[in-house]
Amino acid sequence: MNILVFIKQVPDTNEVKIDPKTGTLIREGVPSIINPDDKNALEEALKIKESKGARVTVVTMGPPQAEKALREALSMGADEAVLLTDRAFAGADTWATSLVLAKAAEKIGYDLIFAGRQAIDGDTAQVGPEIAEHLNIPQITYVEKVEALDGKLIVRRALEDGYEVLSVNMPCLLTCIKELNQPRYMNMYDIFTCYEKEIKVMNIKDLDIESERVGLSGSPTKVKKSFTKGPKSQGEIIDVPAHEAANIVCEKLKFVHII
Amino acid sequence: MDFSLTREQKLAKEMLEKFVENEVRPIAAEIDATEKFPFETVQKMGKLGIMGLPYERELGGAGGDYITYIMAVEELAKACATTSVVLSAHVSLCCWPIYAYGTDEQKNKYLPKLLKGEHLGAFALTEPNAGTDAASQQTTAKLEGDYYVLNGSKVFITNGGYADIFIVFAMTDKLKGTKGISAFIVEKGFEGFSIGKIEEKMGIRASSTAELIFKDCKVPKENLLGKEGMGFKIAMSTLDGGRIGIAAQALGIAEGALDEAVKYMRQRKQFGKPIAAFQGLQFYIAEMATRVEAAKQLVYKAAWKKQAGESYGVDAAMAKLYASETAMYVTTKAVQIFGGYGFTKDYPVERMMRDSKITEIYEGTSEVQKMVISANILK
Ligand SMILES: Cc1cc2nc3c(=O)[nH]c(=O)nc-3n(C[C@H](O)[C@H](O)[C@H](O)COP(=O)(O)OP(=O)(O)OC[C@H]3O[C@@H](n4cnc5c(N)ncnc54)[C@H](O)[C@@H]3O)c2cc1C
Repeated sequence: MNILVFIKQVPDTNEVKIDPKTGTLIREGVPSIINPDDKNALEEALKIKESKGARVTVVTMGPPQAEKALREALSMGADEAVLLTDRAFAGADTWATSLVLAKAAEKIGYDLIFAGRQAIDGDTAQVGPEIAEHLNIPQITYVEKVEALDGKLIVRRALEDGYEVLSVNMPCLLTCIKELNQPRYMNMYDIFTCYEKEIKVMNIKDLDIESERVGLSGSPTKVKKSFTKGPKSQGEIIDVPAHEAANIVCEKLKFVHII
Repeated sequence: MDFSLTREQKLAKEMLEKFVENEVRPIAAEIDATEKFPFETVQKMGKLGIMGLPYERELGGAGGDYITYIMAVEELAKACATTSVVLSAHVSLCCWPIYAYGTDEQKNKYLPKLLKGEHLGAFALTEPNAGTDAASQQTTAKLEGDYYVLNGSKVFITNGGYADIFIVFAMTDKLKGTKGISAFIVEKGFEGFSIGKIEEKMGIRASSTAELIFKDCKVPKENLLGKEGMGFKIAMSTLDGGRIGIAAQALGIAEGALDEAVKYMRQRKQFGKPIAAFQGLQFYIAEMATRVEAAKQLVYKAAWKKQAGESYGVDAAMAKLYASETAMYVTTKAVQIFGGYGFTKDYPVERMMRDSKITEIYEGTSEVQKMVISANILK
């Protein structure tokens, strides 16, 4: 079984500081990490490898420096790593990104694809589902439990007010949340071999995509303006019996013309 | 000269830092208080390849380098001196002599389990009447048929209560003095071998420091390490390397205490400002940081020499002498910077101060290190 895991290198937002003058993120000197949800995705793939046997390939699209994230994934036990890198990929929105990743998946081959729910530097949660759409395979999002059987998976999907248990045939794509598992540490055995492994590099030609479909030109999303949200005003607690509270709230909402 | 870490060493450091934050720091105060040996932590370290870090993969090691191993001891010691000495005694004092002096059979029999952390190792030289004067061994080993029969006792043996494999020194020929000492690989289950008193200690309290008792203990003769009479040489060369480990432990404790002191100085306010604003304390920090840096250079230089295959005995002695005294100095000053709070168990610096002291004592006291250094200069 071939398992692909899509990972993204992101700035460690725990370490990011905000410039008090401009209100923007100071990215310099901030360490890069594997996006946390993607680590859960990788962990689950490695668990299936241990229990069922599989080849785990990690794939990332990014600048050449994203190699570090791949080496880290190899140091956790991934078998192979692929770096999708090309100047033409720069400035991609989720649509253009997912197209490149989907093409790569087709080229590499897969039975099962794992992705993180969302990246901490974008928070869109769109890339995973879009890859599945490009590939025309089933997708299950917000995965919090996976049981691998022969040829299919039993997957538990977290909902806001409960969960869904689904059975899905492979090939399929799952997007993972942190409740799924506890990602393992890198280990010394793999750390000291990870640089002996070759990282396969693929560019736009290797993937057979027209240049206008990737990067900035392939991105329908246009950013109109970005700004820092002003602080919210303090809320008000209405501490009276529920039906009275409902009336008070309605009056207040009417007053500000919301209802 | 290149002081930078390799790519692998950088990844290893990242991994170690994360491991220490999640697995070691959270339990350090508790195991100090309860004297509970960190067995689960050691097992996790084994699975991650830390217990066999600097040895070849073919033997079960992680295929890493010696500098990374020293870094592991240092990183662990930043948060928990106990956990760091478990590693140092295992790798430097038990695995190394088997690796350096063992036959192929001995290596293949003992190293895979030790290096994977499935077995824990210990080193037994010290006796009630043979401390600094390690050559005055009173434990005896007599060849009787296919076995050496050991009689006597050892004290203060690190990992003693939990170890599976012990390197034990004993007199095979009293008349030959130091040349009459031999080394043996002893398994915990050998007939006639038992664990005696477990010491209650001022520092590294969760480490197991045990008395070993040999009463007609039968050791198969193929478990002789090296040749008869080579024991003292094996012990001294093992300690040369072990000292780099203890120096790294001392360095780590000092770094941990310096970090705590800096953090506290920024947050504690007196006279309407953080105490970091007072020059009297700023000068402490400058002094502490400079000594830590000097210790670090000595430790890594010694480790680098060992890795490069150069002779390192004097470098190791200097590194241990200086790093252990730095640990004492820095932790004492850290407690001072914390004031009364530093004297309580609400903060880790009192533990670090207690943990520091042993680094000036074991694997050769500071006086012994000075003997080694001066003897080499004045020879
Ligand atoms: C927690 C702990 C763990 C240990 N782990 C191990 C272990 O795993 N394996 C092992 O074999 N041993 C171990 N030891 C033993 C340790 O190495 C010895 O305690 C140490 O070598 C000193 O020996 P001693 O305690 O007998 O002191 P002594 O030799 O009695 O020394 C007393 C004092 O006299 C000084 N002194 C002695 N001779 C001279 C001299 N010629 N010139 C100047 N000063 C001198 C010493 O420096 C010291 O200050 C451990 C000890 C402790 C406390």
